[in-house]
Amino acid sequence: MRPDAPHAAQQAAFHAALWQGDPPEGLAAPTQAERMMRFSVYRNTVRNGLIRALAERFPVTQALVGVPFFRAMARAFIAIAPPRDPVLLRWGAALPGFLDRFPPVAHLPWLGDVARLERARGRAFHAADAAPVSPDALRVPDPGALRLVLHPSVALIASRYPAPGIWQAHQPGGTCRMPGTGPEQALIGRQPDLAVIVVAVDAGTHAVLSALAAGAPLGRAAAHANPTAALTLLLRHGLIIGTTTGETA
Amino acid sequence: MPALPPAIGLGFKPAHFQDILAAPGAVGFYEVHAENYMGAGGAPHAMLARLRAEHALSIHGVGLSIGGAGALDRDHLHRLRQLVKRYQPESFSEHLAWSSHGSVWLNDLLPLPYTDETLATVCAHVDCVQEALGMRMLLENPATYVTFDSATWAETDFLAAVVRRTGCGLLLDINNVFVSATNHRFDPRAWLAAIPLHAVGEIHLAGHDTQHLPSGPLLIDSHARPVADPVWALYAEILCQTGPLPTLIEWDNDVPAFAVLLSEGARAQAVLSAAEQGHSNAA
Repeated sequence: MRPDAPHAAQQAAFHAALWQGDPPEGLAAPTQAERMMRFSVYRNTVRNGLIRALAERFPVTQALVGVPFFRAMARAFIAIAPPRDPVLLRWGAALPGFLDRFPPVAHLPWLGDVARLERARGRAFHAADAAPVSPDALRVPDPGALRLVLHPSVALIASRYPAPGIWQAHQPGGTCRMPGTGPEQALIGRQPDLAVIVVAVDAGTHAVLSALAAGAPLGRAAAHANPTAALTLLLRHGLIIGTTTGETA
Repeated sequence: MPALPPAIGLGFKPAHFQDILAAPGAVGFYEVHAENYMGAGGAPHAMLARLRAEHALSIHGVGLSIGGAGALDRDHLHRLRQLVKRYQPESFSEHLAWSSHGSVWLNDLLPLPYTDETLATVCAHVDCVQEALGMRMLLENPATYVTFDSATWAETDFLAAVVRRTGCGLLLDINNVFVSATNHRFDPRAWLAAIPLHAVGEIHLAGHDTQHLPSGPLLIDSHARPVADPVWALYAEILCQTGPLPTLIEWDNDVPAFAVLLSEGARAQAVLSAAEQGHSNAA
């Protein structure tokens, strides 16, 4: 590249060199070795900045594979799914799917679901604010026709593996109980006090919650299992923000 | 237009929220990174709303890529406008740097050559930001590790030209001046003598790390340690000329206890108070 190349071309060359090869041409330095050392500061700050941002969002995923492995894995992830805008708090949606298919972690088949849970927690943390309804909102003449509007933070995880238990075992102050070995499900949401909760639920409750979250009326959701546990959970954590009785969701 | 008070400010860290509530009036203002408050709701906005209700606020962007060759990201500018509308900060600042390429966001502040072409681009971008936000912005001088053969402007002249053409102010990062001066072997005092000090609306102080090249030291702008002594010396000299200015202690990585930030702030306050004294004596 010529030193007088227009800015756009110069930036493209700089950007390309951040990821591989020699430093871009046109950098002032007494020797090529020093040019490389100076340019490497940018390589390192870009790479480390993105890896740190990912690790902050997926701390248990990192703990499960260890920092050196996580860094190498993050580099592979960044190469195919870098952030697309400056709002890093949204970045990482593609990580769970990436881990599901990343051959070096094929022996940790639950890792993608742990990352899914961490991603759901991150989304819940930043979700829009909405005030919960009072329990009286459910006392209607025909509760079976009632549809619930759940808090925007609500997410449901169903893992073929004990991913929620594995995540729970990595929480400070968590019990040292060994995680189970079979499928596990969890409800994620944010309480009115802004705390993000992860609650283990059984398969029936998960099915009811999923149906309610998809807009099914209570009567139809109750076809999956007794809805009492699901409704109790939602009310206790302030996760119902509205109700409707119309036929269309 | 409201302005930051000529006092000490700290970068807001959520881990310090309870300490801050327990120490009202400990500092003159808080500064937040705009991009950390671009979620829809939850704890970040609840904390920022509380902080804003009781303190002057500086919103500091790291995402606009003002030195980028391409057009500004309209979506990001819109998000900034919403944030500024919601929190009405006393100050908005951004960097003389680029941070995205194509559709990839790099999460870093990258250097640009100072040329007629980049001057026109930066001025157009600053105009665009000031128009979108409806306020004057401050542009921060960068810490750099490389310079470009193609540069035809001195950094100081470049900054002065941006100020002249756009009416923006400067966020003078004295650590960045010292880091760049050391890295590129120039005199930081000559640099400081060449910028339009009247345009400085805020000062940043931060710590740096030290590496070594065959040709001499290479300082890294790490924001992970106390402010270095030569930076304190430059700060005191500048304040003698300008009088008190809003001064932020920046400490973004390996963030220490709130008390440690307060003690850095107290050191800056002593310099500020001396500058105030000097100015009132001179007046």
